[in-house]
This record gives sequence, structure tokens and C-alpha cells, in this order.
Amino acid sequence: MAVVAGGVAPTRKRWRYLLEDRRVLGPVLIAPAVLFVVVVVGVPLGWAVYLSLTNAIGGSLSGKFVGFHNFKAAWHDHNFRNALENTLIITFAAQAIVIVGASILSHALVRDFRGKWFVRLLVMLPWAAPVSLVTIGWLWIFDSLFSIVNWTLKQMHLLGVVCGAFGIDGCGPSNPPQWLGNDKLAMFAIIVVQAWRILPFAVVIFIAGLASIPTEVDDAAKIDGASGLRKLFYVTLPLQLPIALVAVLFGIVFTAADFAVVFVLTHGGPFNSTQVLTTWAYQIGIESGSLGEGAAISLFLFPLLAAVTVLMLFFAKRAQVS
Amino acid sequence: MDVLRAIWRRSGTWVVVGPFAIVLAFPFYWALTTMFKRDLDLYNAKNVPYAYNDAQGHAHWDFWNYMTFHHVSFLFKHTQYPTWLENTVLVGVAVVAITLVLSLPAGYALARLSGGWGQSAGVGIFLVYLVPPTLLFLPLSRLVAELGLRDTLWAMILVYPSFTVPFATWLLMGFFKTIPQELEDAALVDGCSRLRALRRIVFPVSLPGILTVVIFAFSLCVNEFIYAFTFTQSTSERTISAGVPNELIRGDVFFWQSLMAAVLIPSIPLALLYNSFLDRFIKGFTGGAFR
Repeated sequence: MAVVAGGVAPTRKRWRYLLEDRRVLGPVLIAPAVLFVVVVVGVPLGWAVYLSLTNAIGGSLSGKFVGFHNFKAAWHDHNFRNALENTLIITFAAQAIVIVGASILSHALVRDFRGKWFVRLLVMLPWAAPVSLVTIGWLWIFDSLFSIVNWTLKQMHLLGVVCGAFGIDGCGPSNPPQWLGNDKLAMFAIIVVQAWRILPFAVVIFIAGLASIPTEVDDAAKIDGASGLRKLFYVTLPLQLPIALVAVLFGIVFTAADFAVVFVLTHGGPFNSTQVLTTWAYQIGIESGSLGEGAAISLFLFPLLAAVTVLMLFFAKRAQVS
Repeated sequence: MDVLRAIWRRSGTWVVVGPFAIVLAFPFYWALTTMFKRDLDLYNAKNVPYAYNDAQGHAHWDFWNYMTFHHVSFLFKHTQYPTWLENTVLVGVAVVAITLVLSLPAGYALARLSGGWGQSAGVGIFLVYLVPPTLLFLPLSRLVAELGLRDTLWAMILVYPSFTVPFATWLLMGFFKTIPQELEDAALVDGCSRLRALRRIVFPVSLPGILTVVIFAFSLCVNEFIYAFTFTQSTSERTISAGVPNELIRGDVFFWQSLMAAVLIPSIPLALLYNSFLDRFIKGFTGGAFR
């Protein structure tokens, strides 16, 4: 009896003692999370790279090694080129809208005013709602027969103007634009939806950036006689810039890697004209069953994501210093 | 001049904020209007879409006399929507539980216990959040099938923490950094062990932060589409994000009123939660590194 007690107590104590040491406790607390993430993210990522180098087809997890054949085959396919181009266009056009919108809106929302809570609720809606569901809302807005956009434009006698702006033949009040049935209009619709859903997130991060500017800086600027636009350009914007860039980089990843918006809104159509890398990878990898080539297509996202990550680290460091 | 400036201060904000709020909330307003419309009202291109119309095509603004709950009750009685809601909540709760177990200790350790490499490890974990599901869904959908988890909620419960854990660890690290170290030191001096101080002092004090993480991690699960879509196939195992676009839309037949109800029902509570916890979210998100 005594032997057992004597044997257990010191080991326990030693464990206790070890856990008090922050050099031991730190890694012990972090390890489970890191291990889990490595297994659930690292393994599939490695597998995706492996698959992209094989001729694996649907229903299997391996195939014959074919080198860079899948990458070459994808690169020479005009549908892939188009998907790559669309991904870049949608991502950067949507981010341009988001930057302008978020800079204006965040400056207004950072102030206190009556009804702010309700306004903020309305502004947050697109971000809070599930993407695949709100895209159905847009599907209905752009409906071929009952589009509320077309109805409103018609009442305002602007249909002709819109048709002219996009240069669509035979389009007019009697033949309203088919927002999802014409390649140019469908691209425009996707950009609008992407910008719309990313904007609230960017506004939130921009507000965080504005709020993180110490009040001393404001006071100093006031004493130095800087006010209004001058303060905005020489004090507020430079200080806000690093964190705003972080928001933009996030926006790039969220848009470039998104699948739901294009899939629900256009399904890549009409005639594959609005495919993006993610939907094309799904089309080839799952619908056509060429798992290897699908993996290769989705990996084309990687250079973009890597560039964004490097920039993000850079700006995060800058933000920390200031 | 001062008077003008005062007027601008009062109304200027609204001039800027108003149009943005209208555009951002418009799809939801249109969904709300649509879900209560009768077929003869909705499917007539001559009708005023913003109002409710009678059979003769006259617009009315006393909408309560011309609306119907038929399509909303159809959604709950004759589709699998209630099952999908239930599945979504099940998956969300299970994933949030796993997420907290893994990221509470990790977030704390990264905020307090680790030296120089702690910052890098924190940023490293966060960068994993940038590896998108669209890069991983092809191998994962095969792996899930190999493990026999295809068409089960377990597939999602197991895979979703891959993005909620990095996200939650980052937020929690931010929250823990804002808690004064003295609070813990006092407990340690009083003879508390570190783990006990963590359980008794740090976690209770950071409860609002933890609640924020719970809400945002849960909403990430509700939001997720491509895994939910590729891992499940039978109608009864879908969550709302995959079920509504793939099961309620069949070919060219759309039940717009029911669809819009299906869109609004999860969106409104999520938006209310986001709005209530937004300030805390900002604190945690930027508290991690950008300070």
C-alpha cells in the first residue's frame, strides 16, 4: 500500500512540476491543434499535389505517375485559360469596388449617429448570411422573366442605356437584358455579387484600422493644424493602410477561392464562358471524373495564394511596428 | 458656416450610409417581399414587384390583405428543409465543441507561454486559414469515401474544424492578450497551478471572447458549401447550405417564394448575432498581431 502511494506521488508531482514550466506547458497546449491541422489540411494538400501528377480517375485515390502532363494539358485547354482569366478578372474587379466602397463606408460608420445599430445590421447582412443561399437571392434578382432589376430600369427608362453600355445586339425595352444568359452580363453579375458579399467584411476590418489609430495621433494632428482632407491624406490613410491591405488580401483569397457564387449563379455558363478555376476543377475532377487533372487545375490557385500570403506577412509586420 | 457644418454632421452620415445600406440589404428586402406573394401576383411581369398586387394587376400597399403564408408552410411541411436545419445545427454544435477543445489551450499558449516563436506559430496557424477548401475538396472527398464517411454528417464534423480551428485560435489569442497578466500572477502567487489558473481565472474572464468565437465558428460551418456539397448526396444528410441550392432547385422549376423563405430564415438570426458581437470580433481579430 505504502509502496504504491510512494511510487505514484513523486511521478505526479514531477508531471505537475513539468507542467508549471512554460517551456513545456506551451508546446503541450499548442500540440493538439497543430497536429489536427497538419493531418486535416496538410495530408489532403499533399495528396492534391500527388494526384495532380498522376492519371487518377474518379473513385480511386491513386493512379499512374504522369509527371506534369495534367498541368500541360490544362494549360493548353482554352476552357482552362478562360477560367484562369475569369478568376483574375472577377477577383480584381470585385476588390476594386470593395476598396472604394469600404473606404467611404468605414469613415461614415466609425462615427456615432442615431440609428447606427440598425444601419450596421443592414450592412452586415451580406456577410452574415450563408453564401450559397444569398446567391439564390441574386439568382431571383437576375431572373430571365421577372428580374426586378429590369423592371426598375424599365420604369426609369434606363434599359436602353444599360443595353448600349454593354453593347448587346437587339436588347431593349421589348427584349430586356438576360443577366445570366449573356457572357458579358453574367461576368458583370458575378463581380457584383462577389463585391457585395465581401464589402461588409472589408468595412469591419477598415473600421478596426480606424479605431486602432491612437487618439494622441489625432490630437497631434490637430495641434499641427491638420484637419479635414489634409488630415485624411497625410495622417489617417497612411496609418490605416497596412490593416486595409490585410482586408484586401483576405478579399482576394475569399473571391479567388470561392466556388458557391459561380456554381449557383451561372454554373459556369452560358457555354462555359463564366467558369472560374474552382468550378472548372469541379467540372473536370468530379463531373468528368479526371481526378488528377482536376487536382492540377485547382493547384493553379496556389501561386496566387502564396503571393497573397507573403504580402500579408509583410503588411502584418508593418502594422505591428506602427 | 458652423450651422452648415452642423447640418452636414447630422445628415451627411446618412447621405453616405443610406445608399450603401439600401444596396447591401436589397436582396433581403426583395426576398422578404417575395416569400409572401401569391403566384398570380408574383408571376405577372406587369405587376409592380415592390408592392402586393391583386388578380386584376392593381398594386396595393396594405400588403397584409394580399399576402399568403402558403409557401412558407410548404417549405416546412413538404420539403426536407426542417431536416437540413437540424443537420446544420448538429454539425455546427459538434464542430464548435471540437474547435474549442483544440483552440482554447492553443490560443492561450500562443498569447502567453511562448516566446519569440509564439508569434510566428500564431501567424503560421492563421495562414492555414488561407488554404481554401476549394484546393482540398478533391482529395478530401475521396478520403472521406475511403473512410466510409460519405453521406454522413461525420464527414463534415471531422473536416470543418480544419478551418474553424485556425480561425478560432487566432481570435482567442487576440482576446487572451487583452487580459491583464497581473490577474493570473496573483492566482499563481496564491498557490494556484497554471492549469487551474487557466480554468478558474482566465477562461471565465474571457467568456465574452469565447462566445464571440463560438458564434463566428458556428456561422463558418453554416456558410461552408463545397465540402457539404461534395461529401453528401442523399437528401436527408444535407445541411441547408448544400440542400437548398441542390434539392429545392430542380431543373427549371423554381418555387421562388419557398426558396426566398429558405434563404431568409437562417440569414436574419445570423446577422443579428454578427451585429451584436461585432465590436468584440474586431477586438479579437486585430488584437492578435495588428496592434
